[in-house]
Amino acid sequence: MKKYAATHEWVSVEGKTATVGISDHAQDHLGDIVYVDLPEVGKSLKKGDVFCTIESVKAASDIYAPISGKVIEVNEELDSSPEKINEDAEGSGWIAKIEMSNESELDSLMDLEAYKKHCEEEG
Amino acid sequence: MTVFDKSTEGRTGFFLPKEESYGYEPSDVLPENSVRKESPLLPQLSELQVMRHFTGLSEKNYSVDGGFYPLGSCTMKYNPRLNERIASLEGFSQIHPYQAEDTVQGALEVMYNLQNFLCEITGMDSFTLQPAAGAHGELVGMLLMKKYFELKGESNRKKVIVPDSAHGTNPASAVMAGFEVIEVPSNGNGRVDLRSLGEILDENIAGIMLTNPNTVGLFENEICEIQEMAHDKGALLYYDGANLNAIMGHARPGDMGFDIVHLNLHKTFSTPHGMGGPGSGPVGVKSILKDLLPVPVVRFDGSKFSLDYHLPNSIGKVRSFYGNFGVFLKAYAYILTLGGDGLKRASEMAVLNANYLRTRLSKLIPTAYPGLCMHEFVLKGSKLVSEYGVKTLDVAKRLLDYGIHPPTIYFPLIVDEALMVEPTETETKEALDNFADTFERILSEAKEDPNILKAAPQKTVVGRLDEATASRKPKTRWSKDT
Amino acid sequence: MPGFPYLPQTSRDIDEMLEVVGVKSVSELFKDIPEKFEVDISIPESKDEFSVLRDLSELSKNNVTLNDLSVFRGAGVYKHFVPSAVQAIASRGEFLTAYTPYQAEVSQGTLQMLFEFQTMICELTGMEVANSSMYDGASAAAEAALMAVRVRGGKKILLSEALHPEYIQTIKTYCFGSDIDVETVSFDSETGQIDIADLQKKLTVDTAGFVLGYPNFFGIIENLAEIRTRIGEKTMMIVSVNPIALGLLEAPGKFGADIVVGDGQPLGNSPSFGGPGLGFFASKESHIRKMPGRIIGETKDSDGRTGYVMVLQTREQHIRRNKATSNICSNHAFNALVASIYMSIVGSEGLREIARRSFDKAHYLTERISKTDHVRLVFTGPFFNEFVAQFDCDLEEFNRGLLKENILGPLELERFSKEMKNYGLICATEANLNEEIEFFAGRLEAIR
Repeated sequence: MKKYAATHEWVSVEGKTATVGISDHAQDHLGDIVYVDLPEVGKSLKKGDVFCTIESVKAASDIYAPISGKVIEVNEELDSSPEKINEDAEGSGWIAKIEMSNESELDSLMDLEAYKKHCEEEG
Repeated sequence: MTVFDKSTEGRTGFFLPKEESYGYEPSDVLPENSVRKESPLLPQLSELQVMRHFTGLSEKNYSVDGGFYPLGSCTMKYNPRLNERIASLEGFSQIHPYQAEDTVQGALEVMYNLQNFLCEITGMDSFTLQPAAGAHGELVGMLLMKKYFELKGESNRKKVIVPDSAHGTNPASAVMAGFEVIEVPSNGNGRVDLRSLGEILDENIAGIMLTNPNTVGLFENEICEIQEMAHDKGALLYYDGANLNAIMGHARPGDMGFDIVHLNLHKTFSTPHGMGGPGSGPVGVKSILKDLLPVPVVRFDGSKFSLDYHLPNSIGKVRSFYGNFGVFLKAYAYILTLGGDGLKRASEMAVLNANYLRTRLSKLIPTAYPGLCMHEFVLKGSKLVSEYGVKTLDVAKRLLDYGIHPPTIYFPLIVDEALMVEPTETETKEALDNFADTFERILSEAKEDPNILKAAPQKTVVGRLDEATASRKPKTRWSKDT
Repeated sequence: MPGFPYLPQTSRDIDEMLEVVGVKSVSELFKDIPEKFEVDISIPESKDEFSVLRDLSELSKNNVTLNDLSVFRGAGVYKHFVPSAVQAIASRGEFLTAYTPYQAEVSQGTLQMLFEFQTMICELTGMEVANSSMYDGASAAAEAALMAVRVRGGKKILLSEALHPEYIQTIKTYCFGSDIDVETVSFDSETGQIDIADLQKKLTVDTAGFVLGYPNFFGIIENLAEIRTRIGEKTMMIVSVNPIALGLLEAPGKFGADIVVGDGQPLGNSPSFGGPGLGFFASKESHIRKMPGRIIGETKDSDGRTGYVMVLQTREQHIRRNKATSNICSNHAFNALVASIYMSIVGSEGLREIARRSFDKAHYLTERISKTDHVRLVFTGPFFNEFVAQFDCDLEEFNRGLLKENILGPLELERFSKEMKNYGLICATEANLNEEIEFFAGRLEAIR
């Protein structure tokens, strides 16, 4: 199951584990990504917390946790190849895996269709 | 080719007087591990090679001496050579900061008089010349605020209000003094929105930082109201002097109720920008804050100038010695040359030049806000995207092909695809006309073939550079093997 | 209408421009400023450049210049021989009147120069990365302290009491701003080096950094290897250096320094009453994203040509605003140019020779002092080209006498500490010719 937050993060759920990243729409908007400040493994997050910062050449964007939980793994490949997010934002450009603490939060996220509409509305 | 690639082992351009050594060998006298084993890899060149290398580099630079440089917010006016000559007089450039005071009376007199001139120009009571740059002055201003409220027992004031149109240095400086930054939005006229300001202004606010005219080139005409609102709540008012060039000789921040002011001698007072610095950011205050200024302060007792280090409530020092003295001299010479009447005339011509260019350019693309501007104005580049399919960046790069430096782009952040233009008073009408004509030509190119703009610049020593790779894997020094 | 220097508008220009703008007078352009603020400032009226030059040249003669003196005073600002070519090249308008290199394509001169400057600073300090300049050594040291807190966490900074007093004051001011605790570590009154016991006593788990001078303010060379071991890896070792000394002293990077800062005045910049010189700032590659200031990097354009750009700008205030690593915007790029030209002319051999001569002459002076009972060498630690001597006479009076013979004598340390009455800090560089050294030594020996 894959869902999207209004702040342009995606969540893909397998059991109690959620893989999160930023949407393809978001990476396109950010331009060439040059650095990803990854969260620490073991860190506890509340939905809406800033858990990562993504930098392009001329901007730094905060990324918000789409769900609450504990960071159990981060995509260390992004350290040396941040451009992975540009190449494959919703696949190999994932950012972190989170052990969810409140699965019901998923209900408040959007499916792909609703997210697409949301992006259009935002312009 | 870098200076290191030109180096040849054993060559040098440096020759010292022929003298006998006294025979002290570092390796005999110092602990073994303190003696350097490997020489630093500095280039080895003849004097002529060095001359050619750097002359070659200089030829790759755009400069005010070379052409029109309408960078908004930067006040790229002409840098008179008289000022350079004065700063390099040996009686000024070859003096040590720790000489006895009676051997540097001339230097202290310059500082004392400059402080007084700046007080007169801004309407403040006291000035420190110590800060090395505008942002450094902002830091001093914020530290003064912090200390002031600490002494007053109002340490609860931990927040500073900054407009959303402000320079990035404002919030950054406030944070360095331990404040939290709250943004106040601009209204539809490009000025501080008073209602929003009222909502966030309370007893926990230490101060409000304003630039006036502001960064979109408009005078905050409700400054009296803002001043009353701030002072009613016990907050201080801070003036970022980045745009003083518009009002110098006409109106003074001190009279408007500002408590702290910083100036940029390298903008308003014509000292050169030197590729990024040195600048100088003197800070002026009202008398309630004068005992908190950095030490030392220059005093005059009627016959002798001296340095006073005894200010018990001083915030301390923000750098060594007294500030960028070499820059003071240039600003001092500038003020003496233009005089009170000339400074006023300079700001009038800066505003006239800006309005003339604004009128001409606004026929091509809209300004961000209607009506007259002060010394600079902001164009809204979104029309470039919607009508021509090019970005502000593309227009800027194409200007380079025509030998003109582009305006400041993508600032202020509140204007979409912004182009911020500040022509300054030292430009002729012909230069302004040439800029407007060139801009028009570029827009017609955009209409015919946007790719011309997207592929620009073509005539510069390099084309658009790969900044993404440069920041992903930064290579920040030369090394032998690459 | 009287004309004014630097203002090119003729009355005809003004009329034409007003008409295009659609206003009747220049004063109408200022209508947004409330009338009650209109002022007439009281500044003397305009003058021609010849009068200003004459007046200020006269005023400059109220200063005694170092060019007329034998200078035995350093303490942060040093007199060195500077090749004529340095000023000749640096004064080119293409350097002097350019702005910050925001448009890289027309700023390759600035950018390449700064890239080379960064390289030279890395070479001198033995560090991996350097920025393209700070305001001065003191503010660079203060920024280093803030960076240590950013990288290591913790809320405490230790300072060596033998660090330059103005650096100590500056760091304390910056730390006041950022609510960081500062404690000083005393020096051993015999050697003039850090008191290791005191250092260990004051070192706590939340000490983010320890700042010390190399050589320190008294000219003494600290034992960096030992200090590195004693403070452990958790606390950053921040070393403030005299760049000329590094022609001869082992680079701090070799001892595992985390940040190396210093003042670049000695690298060809004129003393100028203490400014502008420049600050330099170097660190390890792993900390580059936490560094303050502009950093230049090499890259390519679309045709594969090498070029230079500002990198990692997301650290800086114009992008990151309240989350920036520092508020610094204007730096001292022009002084970095002066330093680059100077280092390019003197080269590695020249720098070594300047350092060697400074060392040699200063050590010879201590030899001469050892022959008189009225001047005593205060510290036993190893030193570079400055040392502290205690005088048997009134030092200020002695200095007044020296000045009459065109000598700028030892700096009276009493200005920093009452306990150091009649202690003088003596400095020698390659610019003190042997005959000056002999003459000055003679004066020292003549004290009764």
